[in-house]
Formats: sequence, C-alpha cells, structure tokens
Amino acid sequence: MASATLPYLPWRKPGVECGPLRLTSRRLYILPTRSGLVFALLLLGLLVGAINYGVSLVYLFTFWFVGLGVVGMLHTHRNLSGLVLQSGTAAPVFTGETACFKLRVANPSRLLRQRIGLRHAQGQGKPDDIAGGCETLLELPLPQLERGWKTPGHFSIHSAFPLGLFRCWTVLELDWGVLVYPRPAADAVPLPAPDADDGEGNAARGEGLEFDGLRVYQPGDASRRIAWKASARGGDKLLTKQFASTAGASLWLSWWQTPERDVESRLSRLTRWALDAHAAGLAYGLKLPGRTLPPQTGEAHLRQCLEALARHGQA
Amino acid sequence: MTRSSLAALAPLLWLLAPLFLVLLPHAPHLPLWISLSWLAFALLRLVAEQTGRQPVGRVLKMLLALAGVAGVLFSYGTVIGPAGGVALLVYLSGAKLLETHTPRDRLGLLFVGCFLLVAHFLDGQSLMTAAYMAFAALALVAGMIATQSPVATLKDARPTLAFAARLMAQALPLALLIFLLFPRLQGPLWGLPQQAAARTGLSDQMSPGDISQLILSDELAFRAEFSGAQPTPQQLYWRGPVFWDYDGRAWRTATPVRAALPEAVGLGNPVRYSLTLEPHRQRWLLLLGLPTQLPELPDNPTRLGADLQWVTKAPINQRLRYEVEAYPDYQLENVILAINGPPAPALRSRALALPVEGNPRARELAQGWLDGAANDEAIVNQALTLFRAQPFFYTLNPPRLGASAVDDFLFTTRRGFCEHYASSFVFLMRAAGVPARVVTGYQGGEHNPLGNYLIVRGRDAHAWAEVWLAGRGWVRIDPTAAVAPSRVERGIAAALPAGERPGGLIRLEGAWLRPLGLGWDLINNQWNQWVLGYNQERQRQFLSRFNPMLGNWLGMVWALGLGASLLVLVVGIALWPRLAIIRSDPASREYQRFCRALARCRVPRGAAEAPEDYARRAVALRPDLGNEIKRITRLYLAARYGPEGGDTLRDLQAGVRAFRPARRPAAKWP
Repeated sequence: MASATLPYLPWRKPGVECGPLRLTSRRLYILPTRSGLVFALLLLGLLVGAINYGVSLVYLFTFWFVGLGVVGMLHTHRNLSGLVLQSGTAAPVFTGETACFKLRVANPSRLLRQRIGLRHAQGQGKPDDIAGGCETLLELPLPQLERGWKTPGHFSIHSAFPLGLFRCWTVLELDWGVLVYPRPAADAVPLPAPDADDGEGNAARGEGLEFDGLRVYQPGDASRRIAWKASARGGDKLLTKQFASTAGASLWLSWWQTPERDVESRLSRLTRWALDAHAAGLAYGLKLPGRTLPPQTGEAHLRQCLEALARHGQA
Repeated sequence: MTRSSLAALAPLLWLLAPLFLVLLPHAPHLPLWISLSWLAFALLRLVAEQTGRQPVGRVLKMLLALAGVAGVLFSYGTVIGPAGGVALLVYLSGAKLLETHTPRDRLGLLFVGCFLLVAHFLDGQSLMTAAYMAFAALALVAGMIATQSPVATLKDARPTLAFAARLMAQALPLALLIFLLFPRLQGPLWGLPQQAAARTGLSDQMSPGDISQLILSDELAFRAEFSGAQPTPQQLYWRGPVFWDYDGRAWRTATPVRAALPEAVGLGNPVRYSLTLEPHRQRWLLLLGLPTQLPELPDNPTRLGADLQWVTKAPINQRLRYEVEAYPDYQLENVILAINGPPAPALRSRALALPVEGNPRARELAQGWLDGAANDEAIVNQALTLFRAQPFFYTLNPPRLGASAVDDFLFTTRRGFCEHYASSFVFLMRAAGVPARVVTGYQGGEHNPLGNYLIVRGRDAHAWAEVWLAGRGWVRIDPTAAVAPSRVERGIAAALPAGERPGGLIRLEGAWLRPLGLGWDLINNQWNQWVLGYNQERQRQFLSRFNPMLGNWLGMVWALGLGASLLVLVVGIALWPRLAIIRSDPASREYQRFCRALARCRVPRGAAEAPEDYARRAVALRPDLGNEIKRITRLYLAARYGPEGGDTLRDLQAGVRAFRPARRPAAKWP
C-alpha cells in the first residue's frame, strides 16, 4: 500500500505540540475510504433497483445497509475519540537504519480501541489495539537517511475499524525526534596508531582521569601503575591501579587523520573507528573541529562520541 | 489441521462462510454448473491457502472468467437483467476468490455478497426468507469486521459476531425510519423483466384437470377482510374469469365481452371488504358481488365487462390490495338478453353456441327436457335433479374422459370435480336452449378469527355456472352443490372423501394445529400488509394519519431529514466514549495542575521531561518562582514515589493551591 500522510485542511496546518494531547472532535477528520465509496455506489444501485422493481424488502435491506454505514462511521469516530497521545522516545540509529518512534497512547475510557495505526510519508506502523484504561506504545518505523537530530514532522494516527468504510484520522506534529548517527564506513581502515609515548598520552593518563579502583596485576601492566602500598597491605598479590580510561592503550580518533577528505566520509570513518575501538575495548578520544572528547572507554563514552559525530556542524 | 494453519485460514473462512450463506438460497435458481464451479473455486482457494501455492495462473484465470460469461450467455441468453446478471455475479464471485489477497479485495467481495443477498428478494419475500437473509447479512457484517481486524480467528468468532449483531441492531432504527419515510415512487423506472415465473391460480381457460391441479395446492390466492357484516357461505363466490366459448374440450373467452358497467341492480345492503391479491402474473381480478363503484388501481387501468369479469391492462406482478363496496345479491342483465329484445342478439347466440358435433347423448337428453319443460327454470331443475338423483361422485381423481367428454362424464364415469359439473351443466343448458356460461373463481375461504379475515387458497378454487332466465337475468347455479352440498357450506376438505384430502388440508384440519396455522397466517398477513405492501398509496395513507403534512413527498423528505439527523445524533451520543473513568492518582493530579500553571507562564513541560529536569529548567527561566517550584517538585516526588502515609500529599495539595505565579517575572528584580 502506498503510504502517504493523510490530508488535513490547509488552514489548520498542525504545528509542533508537546505534552499529552487529547484527540477531540475538533482534531479528528473522518471521510469514506475508497471501499466506502464503492459501498455507497452499491447502495445507490440497490436503491434504484428497489424503486424499479418496487420490492419492499430490497428497500428495507438497502436502508439497513445505509444505517450500517452510518453506525459504522460513528463507531470509527469513537474508536479514536478521546485518546491521549504523548510522544515517547526513539532509540538512536545509524544512518540507513530505521528508527522506531514510539507514541504513547492512553485510552482513558473503558472502551476497547481497535486497529489504531500510525502513518507517515516514509512509513507506517502496524495497527494495534488499546484495551480500556490502558496505555500502549504505538510504533512508527521511519527509515533515516541523514545524520543529525531528525524530527519526523507530520504524521497521522488513523483507524478504519470496524467496517473499513470510513477512515478517521488526525494529522499531528510532536516535539520529538531521533538522533541519527553517521553511517559507519563500510571498508576497514585500521585504527590510527595509538599514542604510545607521552605527550598527549600523559594528559590522558594524568589529571584528566579519575582513579577507578584496583585489580590484580596482569603481565604487561606499567610498573608505575602498580599500587605498591596496597599490594603490601593486601598480601601476596600485586595490585594495579586502575583509571577510568586505562582498559587499553589510549587512542585519538582525529578528524585530520582520516584518509577521506569530505565531511560526511570523514564522519563515517570516525564512526567506524569509534565503534571498532569500543569493540576492542580501547580507550579512545575524539577530535573534531571545535570539539574534543578525551579518551575513555564504556558505553556512555561511545554514545557521547557518536552524538558528537551526529551533530557535527549542526546547531 | 493444526491450530496455526486454522489461524492462517481464518481470513479466508471469514470470507467464504458469509458468501456461502448468501449464495445458498440462490442455488436452486441457478444452473448446477454455476453452483458447482463456485464450490470448486472455494475449495481450490482453500487448498492453495494451505499449501501456499498459486493454484491458477493469470491466463487460466482470464479463461475461467470468459468461460463463465459464455456459459451464462448460453444458459440465459443474456448477462444482464436479474436472472442472468445474478448468475454471472455468482460465478464471478467464485472466480474472484482465486485472487483475493488483500483485506480490500475481501471487503469488495463481501459487497458483492450484499448485492446478491438483496437480489434474492426478487425471487421471494416471505417472512422466512427475510429472517434468513437478516442472518446472512449478520454474517456479511462480521466478515467485514474480520477484514479490518485480522486477529479475529475462528476461535473468537463470537465477539466478532456479537459486535456485528450490535452494529446491525444499532442500524435498524435508522433503517426503519428511512423505510417508513423514504417517498415511494410509483411504477418501474425501466421495463420490468419478462418474468419466467409460472402463472398461478386460475387460468384464462378451463380444461379438465386444471382446477383439480389448483385444488391440490395450498398456495395462498388472496385474503379478504370484511368491514361490517360478513356474507354467508352461500354468498362467498369470488368471481374470476368468465368463459363463454366451448370447443368440445376447453372453455375460454376468445373475445372479451364489451366493457361497460353492466346493467344491474343491487339487492339488499352492500358489504365492504378489502382484498389483498397475491401476484398471479395474470390479468384477472376477483370480485364478490356487484360493486357499487369500481376501485381505481394505481397505474394499471382496469375494465369491467358486462359479464362482471374484471380485468387489468397489465399482469399483476405484485401483491395488490383493493377495497370494494358491493351487493352480494343482485340482478344482472335482466332484460338485455330477452329473446325478442333488440340489443344483444349476438350475445345471446354466443351464450347458446355449442360445437357442431360431439356429445350426441347429452344433446338428446337436453332436447328431451326442452320438449317437455314449460319454461327455462324447469329445465334447470331437471338438470340439477339429474345430478342429485343419479350416482354422481365428487372426487379429485376422475377417470379419463374420451373425445365426447360430456357424454362420458354424464353417462359413464359420473365421477368428477366442479369443473366437470359446471362444464357439462352449461353444455346441457345450451343444448336445451337456455343461455349459459361458465364462471370460475374461488368459493368460501378459511376464516381467521385472530385477525378476523378470510384466507382463500388454491384449494378454494371453484367453477360454477350462470344461466339467463327471463325475469331474473343471470342466475348463479352451482351444480357441484347439488352433488356435494358441503363443498359450499364447509369447504373442500369436507366435500372430499377422506382418502383424497390433500396433505396440506389434513394438516390444517388437525384440531390442535389449526390455531397455530392461523396465527402464522395472521403474522404473514401483517407482514404482507405492512412490509411487502408498503407502496405509495399505503405510505401516504399511513403517514397522513400522523400528520397531513406527511401526505406528500416533500413532507416526507423533510421528516426524513429531520428524523434521520435526530436519530444519528441520539445514536452518536449513546456511542460517545465515556472518558475520565480512569483517574490518575491524586499526587499526579496535583502535579498536572502545577504543570498547567507553569505552562501558563510560558514554561510548558516537555513531552518526556522528568520532573527534576523540568524543575531545573523552570527555575532557570523563572528564578522568582524558584523556591516554590523546587518545593512542589520535591513534595510530588515524595508523595508519588516515597513511602506511603505522612503529610506529603496534603502539603503538596496546599502548595499547589497556593501556587499562583504571575504571568511574567516582576519587572525589577532587586
């Protein structure tokens, strides 16, 4: 099915909204679906038949179907009416992946709301039901093609339940977005050589880092990191002082070291390096024009680096 | 079949089952090959769904569709019109099953189901049909819901069916309102199709065996309701086709008698009755007695012949109701046929005409009466005496008659039915020079005390004779009554020997079943009167009772618009979802109030902003409110997430109540 946003009245262009908002009749549009129009044509044909043949039961059943259409319309409208929407979160993704926006939909009535879906120009979510008095996360998967902080813009929440003859919807824009990291470069270029000697490395190992604890000495630990006093107190095992970033050799991922030259390719390369370094458990720092992140390890650090890369050059 | 495969089949079954229910009553009217192909298509599709393979390629599908069109053309000669069109649609709905994949496809097929359901009413509109079709419509609606809600499996069919039933019930008031108020138009928009359906009831000729066929049928002919006094059984002769011409075997009327209000005088008091005639697809109407005035039928001009035969211009294809005031006793054409009277020698000779040859013994007998009798009445009495005195029997199974049918009947077999008696009596009269003719119609009827009306069925069909006697005009003579008087007084079942009573008669005669049958007929009668017979005239009559403004179509349209809007409003309000049943906990409610107050100061809370973040941001923006904001946030978090009890909630409530920030910070901050 071709997915396009559902229409809205041009003079009621939806603006960015935040916070819980309730779907009221003022917001909801309702029109016949294409099937609904076909059904209307069918009823018209039946009515002409009834008049022509003068058959009472044809009249009666035709009108019964008319009534069904009208009642179906009311049911479709009430299926959406009164729902309370609130933007949820969307986990960051890499460029080229699909971000999953989650809309929190609360149903403040006892009525079961059925087959409520989200639709956007770039994709649509699987329709879901919301039990009375419950809250559900409706998912809207949208493919992300550019890095940066991306807001989805207009999307609609819609339903054609129960008969599919009418579609009720509203068009919204919420103050939500997703962070899209640059696409990691595909080909493997080895990480730049870690700064083995002092200099910047000193800064990395020195004041910038916090003492993180002790662990049992392993062959290869620098002699000046051995906690002699603690080892003496502790018994027969040597202990090594640990700093937050000393899981491996520290490493600088620098804007100026990438083999590529244009902005996006450089960001892609840096992203790949950051991911590789994280996977290898190295401490690494990031140098971008106008932003420097000191070498560290850990998930939080990776996320920080990726965010810096994603937002590079953006406000 | 495993449960998962059943679940995969569910959407298809939700389509097939309603369609099957709709098509089932069509099957008897369709050629067998169409029904069989539909079933084959359905089966093929089910198998394909299970194996996950396409059973039929695109080219074959095209060929199948074309084959269907050709087949219908071959069977019906046309693919349009009710019969051929329905047949084609049934076939194509089967073929379409092979390529129905999306919910929208399924919905479209269900629409076709709606059409076929309604089309079935062209074949019959009985109460049972309507009830069955209402059930089929319920299945269709459930199918439509299932197209929208794919989780509906067969296992939870009940909620879907219940929901469909609720929708149907909610739609019914609106349907009834429109049914009552939608202005009925008179007459077809285009030509009615030539119905192939068989004519029923009396035919336009009478040959031996015709009426006894009719008598075996329990089929309803008409219902009559008398307002005021009801005539005696001896008066209940419902007059239908009148026959003048005999060819030795069959009676008919080759050329109708001139149209004019007959020269007649009513005797006694007239009775009033309304008669609801079942459609018999012929042109005669029924009359009891001599009408004071001929009722007008909408869009179907009628003509009353001088022989009191009432015919319409167009065949009666719809149930017809008319009201008549008539004299049960009357004198008809007293003078016109007098032997020497000038006006109608042609008519007189027509009433005396006989085939040139045949039935010599009957002619001889009649000639003997003519020679010996003083007047025509004596001749009539002689004939009646013959029927009474000789061993004549009343039976539905008379032996076959030879070429001289009257002779055989009068002198050899002597077993026969009203048509034999009427036919031979008129023959004898004519042979004896008494003008006579055969009248067919219905005699008697079953009185339904529940509705106080008369039910007249095929088995009440009757044939009698009329002779013209000087000074009395046309006089009804019922020779059958001479043989079996109970036929006239108590109806056909009483007149027949016990072994010959048709099944239907026996069933209704059973004493304890009788009220049941009559009650059912009463319901049917009301159904016919109010639902099936709700035409333009009935509608105007009925609606003007409430308000004379509703008597024309403009008034109806206004009432329809207003009433429908009101009804939709009422249903809409009844369906409105009751909100705010779920109450948030009191702490959250207070906090929401606080957030709204801050939002009024242009510091709205973000969509997913945690209370602490929000407080920090708000304090930064409105340092003047800093203390209050921090305090309320702390109290809220404590009340919401802290240990139960304590005064935090009360403090929070007090704090929020006291929180009345100015829209803007004070202009000068010291």
